[in-house]
Amino acid sequence: MSVKIYIPGDSGAVALGADRLALSMQKAVRAQNLDAVIIRNGSRGLYWLEPMVEVETETGRIAYGPVRASDVDGLLAAGLLEGGDHPLLLGDPEALPFLKRQTRLTFARCGITDPLSLDDYRKHGGLAGLTNAVAMEPKAIVTQVTESGLRGRGGAGFPTGIKWNTVLEAQAPQKYIVCNADEGDSGTFADRMIMEGDPFLVIEGMIIAGIATGATKGYVYLRSEYPHAILAMNRAVVIAREAGVLGASVLGSDHAFDMEIRVGAGAYVCGEETALLESLEGRRGVVRAKPPLPAHKGFLGRPTVINNVISLASVPVIMDKGADYYRDFGMGRSRGTIPIQIAGNVKHGGLFEAAFGMTLGELIDDIGGGTATGRPVKAVQVGGPLGAYFPRELFDTPFDYEAFAGKDGLIGHAGIVVFDDSADMLKQARFAFEFCAVESCGKCTPCRIGSTRGVEVADKIRDGIETESQITLMTDLCNTMKFGSLCALGGFTPYPVMSALTHFPDDFRPTPGMKSPMPQAAE
Amino acid sequence: MESRSMDAEIASRTEAIVGRLKPLEGPLLPILHDVQKEFGYVPKAALPVIANGLNLSRAEVHGVVSFYHDYREAPAGRHVIKMCRAEACQSMGGDELGERLLGLLGVDWHGTSGDGAVTIEPVYCLGLCACAPAAMVDGQVISRLDEKMVTELARAVKA
Ligand SMILES: Cc1cc2nc3c(=O)[nH]c(=O)nc-3n(C[C@H](O)[C@H](O)[C@H](O)COP(=O)(O)O)c2cc1C
Ligand code: SF4
Ligand code: FES
Ligand code: FES
Repeated sequence: MSVKIYIPGDSGAVALGADRLALSMQKAVRAQNLDAVIIRNGSRGLYWLEPMVEVETETGRIAYGPVRASDVDGLLAAGLLEGGDHPLLLGDPEALPFLKRQTRLTFARCGITDPLSLDDYRKHGGLAGLTNAVAMEPKAIVTQVTESGLRGRGGAGFPTGIKWNTVLEAQAPQKYIVCNADEGDSGTFADRMIMEGDPFLVIEGMIIAGIATGATKGYVYLRSEYPHAILAMNRAVVIAREAGVLGASVLGSDHAFDMEIRVGAGAYVCGEETALLESLEGRRGVVRAKPPLPAHKGFLGRPTVINNVISLASVPVIMDKGADYYRDFGMGRSRGTIPIQIAGNVKHGGLFEAAFGMTLGELIDDIGGGTATGRPVKAVQVGGPLGAYFPRELFDTPFDYEAFAGKDGLIGHAGIVVFDDSADMLKQARFAFEFCAVESCGKCTPCRIGSTRGVEVADKIRDGIETESQITLMTDLCNTMKFGSLCALGGFTPYPVMSALTHFPDDFRPTPGMKSPMPQAAE
Repeated sequence: MESRSMDAEIASRTEAIVGRLKPLEGPLLPILHDVQKEFGYVPKAALPVIANGLNLSRAEVHGVVSFYHDYREAPAGRHVIKMCRAEACQSMGGDELGERLLGLLGVDWHGTSGDGAVTIEPVYCLGLCACAPAAMVDGQVISRLDEKMVTELARAVKA
């Protein structure tokens, strides 16, 4: 049998040269007449080692990385196909501390299987959850998801089972499952990775949601910035349909479910669930007032489940291994595992799935290895552009919804962006306002106008004009936005601004003798 | 300027797209995506055809086109660079690289260079935040950008 060589097709690996590498490998394999096939797997999520190549040897998988196209000849000469020694040899990938310390439930297959092989998916436990679900009463599925303690991974942390129950109980001739794959938060890429690396998992989760709530049609609203994920999901849907996983008779059962992939058009606010529905229906992505909830009146006015990609992708393991199995991980009211994305100025950036409860410090210092530049960490932003900046003094905060809320922050979609000591927190606060101004849907005055005012105020502070009164004005603006905004874009922009102001007050005040110092980054 | 015969050409090609996608639930965004793919932008002459086909007013269709950052109302340059300006890329010096690129090409954000070679658009996160700074050039993703790569990129798109 041919030796399998795995070269990730994940866009993060591709951005680091994986396509060029795969091409060189293919050429060399052919030229040297080697008995090997190249599989474009997902990424394991160790981005500082990407492109990470793995070969399947008799003793298991052996990894090399980061591999460039120019390394191919050397690797083959060193006996790549037998796991031969080479300076880039990493050994058993699962023994690497970054992977070994994880608890991979949702990402169990990502980076291991061929993303578009349904056989591979089945062989690695795929469809086991759906197989159980098709034999269950809808109510029993909803109960199992509720008992697992799963909360929405899109940001708000709302219990998934409770949302599903509302849709189950709603009476309508047509209900929908909408998968929110708009993933606009900076520092997040878990949705992207799972759609590229294990697309059938998202499909399986959506079908289970459909059976549980009586919805027979699903849509994935996928941002246009993710062309690789769009391609992978579209291909996976076709394959699943041909195999009878999707269609009039899901896995040969009486349940019908089919789905489509829809592409967004570059508007951050369309990640907000009601703006998303507007967009899906073909209108401007303007936020709707609630009630009615999407669960009652969603897509085309019909009962609709809207869940984040990772919420849906976490359901199959719950249906496979049971609610207790999932719930036994975690702390407090944050149950199960969460795929944490470590990003920005960090040495070991990537995807780290773990039970809730690890501290921010462990994640950044131990797992992430500190900054990429080697300078001290100054701040980390958790939860995307609407999340707070945390200073080192708060690094003992455990990853838990309530613990973060208790420190005036949020977990959001679980992205962590690390900044070194060259960061200027006034500049970051200004950007938060600017981003809000660019992406506002325009419905609320505090969001639309307040954000632009915020940028002006930040500029005055930078120029040292009436510093203290401008800081008071910035604080007032934040209060107005917080309480006068319909959705979290306007309502949470105060988090990054106020956390920067509270934890890094010096960055907002002129240094004697020097106006707005901008420390020079290390070479 | 779009001439009359060009308008007719645009209208007929748009009509084909509308005819194909109209049966979808919520067909407008898929139609606009395909129109932009077809022409490289969403031409004015396409709007009445879309509006007619979907029973909308022209103003409604225009309102949707103008809301979304992706839709262009004029053709882009021969190359399109989408440079990430979001936080993770900022933390790795993305702002400075962005400024540098704009300077080298003599354009501002959303601008197209005078020779029509390149359009630069800001983008807020490409999901490549663990290997920042990142950009997309004519649909191809690149990451861990540095000064040298940006200089090369500017030269390549100008060539
Ligand atoms: C401005 C804004 C942007 C959002 N972006 C996303 C997003 O990209 N993905 C997502 O899943 N949820 C996003 N949300 C949250 C959604 O409104 C909603 O809570 C979520 O999709 C529900 O799914 P979940 O319960 O599975 O988390 C956003 C919310 C706001 C206010
Ligand atoms: S807060 Fe901003 S984005 Fe949200 S509904 Fe109001 S104007 Fe729209
Ligand atoms: S997005 Fe509606 S005003 Fe800018
Ligand atoms: S912030 Fe630039 S790729 Fe995510």
